[in-house]
Amino acid sequence: MNPPDKTQRNWSTFFIEALIRLLGFSSIGFVLLIFLFLLQEGIPAFFQVPLGNLLSELWYPTFDLYGILPLLLGSLLITLTAILIAVPLSVGTAVLVREAAPPWVREVLKPMIEALAGIPSVVLGFLGMTLVAPIVQKLGAPTGLTAFTGALILAYMSMPTIISVAEDALDTVPKSYRDAGLSMGATKWQTIWRVVVPAARSGIVTAVMLGLGRAIGETMAVMMVTGNAARMPLSLDSLFRPARTMTATIAAEMGEVAHGSIHYHMLFGIGLILFTLTFIINLIAASTIFKKRKKGGLR
Amino acid sequence: MSKIEVKNLNFFYGDFQALTGISLEIRDQHITALIGPSGCGKSTFLRCLNRMNDTISGTRLEGKILLDDQDIYDEDTDVVDLRRRVGMVFQRPNPFPKSIYDNVAFGPRILGLHKEESLDEVVERSLRGAALWNEVKDNLAQDALGLSLGEQQRLCIARTIATEPEVILMDEPCSALDPIATLEIEELMQSLKSSYNIVIVTHSMQQAARVSDWTGFFWLGEMVEFGATEKIFTNPDKEKTESYITGRFG
Repeated sequence: MNPPDKTQRNWSTFFIEALIRLLGFSSIGFVLLIFLFLLQEGIPAFFQVPLGNLLSELWYPTFDLYGILPLLLGSLLITLTAILIAVPLSVGTAVLVREAAPPWVREVLKPMIEALAGIPSVVLGFLGMTLVAPIVQKLGAPTGLTAFTGALILAYMSMPTIISVAEDALDTVPKSYRDAGLSMGATKWQTIWRVVVPAARSGIVTAVMLGLGRAIGETMAVMMVTGNAARMPLSLDSLFRPARTMTATIAAEMGEVAHGSIHYHMLFGIGLILFTLTFIINLIAASTIFKKRKKGGLR
Repeated sequence: MSKIEVKNLNFFYGDFQALTGISLEIRDQHITALIGPSGCGKSTFLRCLNRMNDTISGTRLEGKILLDDQDIYDEDTDVVDLRRRVGMVFQRPNPFPKSIYDNVAFGPRILGLHKEESLDEVVERSLRGAALWNEVKDNLAQDALGLSLGEQQRLCIARTIATEPEVILMDEPCSALDPIATLEIEELMQSLKSSYNIVIVTHSMQQAARVSDWTGFFWLGEMVEFGATEKIFTNPDKEKTESYITGRFG
């Protein structure tokens, strides 16, 4: 068989390159289009609804009351509580897997932890409703469907991400730091907590930010377990009362809203706020990674 | 009087025997240098003296190492306590990614040494001891990784002497440094000699000749010759030592 001649070869190269370029740019294009759509549908809300109404404490779309504060604070309360629960557990697990467990345990644990990330959130929501909510109620809450229940489920959902990334960060701490700690007469645990973990700090911060990003955007599981009451979580017991997140609001109301109405635009407006929040979180995560690189990495 | 006494030491990485039948005495308030070509086992030997080889899996040791007549490989030896008594400076400067102050204060903090002396005093004394105080006294909060390599290595020495060990092991402490920084470390060793017992592994025969009182020559996991530095470098007993120090091989 003769090799393809030169023009034929040039044509096929040109064709493949064009195809790859098209695919690459189209993914950027889709993201851009989605963002533009979000802007186009969301921005009007902030002009149509007076500021006083927007910043009020009542979210009753049927009465044209569009106070986003209860939703925003609901999201923040649930997400921050989830992170407060998830971080110590995740960092502890990461240290166990990386530093303390014998190699064969690590080989088993790591893929299992990563598999946890693949459990569909609706399944976790179901578990939350049937298993976690009754326990929360027994603890004294008026109902089992509370902000705290949501925080527990979210903590569980963000843990695999945090553990996995934090474990990788611990792994990049050079042996010379451990040697230095041990040779100073530090015990194994002193070396881990005072040398290895601080040295992996920026990676652990990145892990937490990624977990936070996952938690704040989660919809289905929180919608199923938080009770969805749009009330201001200002009193001390708010954690053990129902709450509502921004994501759950969009998911619950988008189906029955009149296209083009103020309510419709308002839901997109909430989407914009959510987008801004996750964007900021990702930016912080990226900047810690960037700082680490600029310093010449962790060696 | 001998501080450390090594008796018929064999050391294995898995099936590979890295050290064979090493015996020597290391004297207090002296500098002992171990020389030899790469891979001859001198660093492995050094790491036996503070049991840092314990951190490598699959290693095995036979024989005895006595520190003040106590076998450090005895079952009831406290390894943490041993490493407090036998400090170590590594080949590549390895300060922690913390401030200069926190690096030096690390040992006193974990061991709770700052009872009668304040932590600030320990840090100053250690940095002065490592001839680094004047350069860094105004920037103690600065990140240690911002120092030059030579300064980092002196910081590591300061960190080591902060806990006042009895013995300091130095594993090619100057191999990553330029000649001026090397000279500074060597001068430092001379000033530390009166208070500490120093064992240094070095690639450079000139360095061994300059700084040490005693020299051991390692070759393929065995110690060919051990004696006063002056004798080793002027009139060695073994032919192999002579060929090595005159640069005929290695």
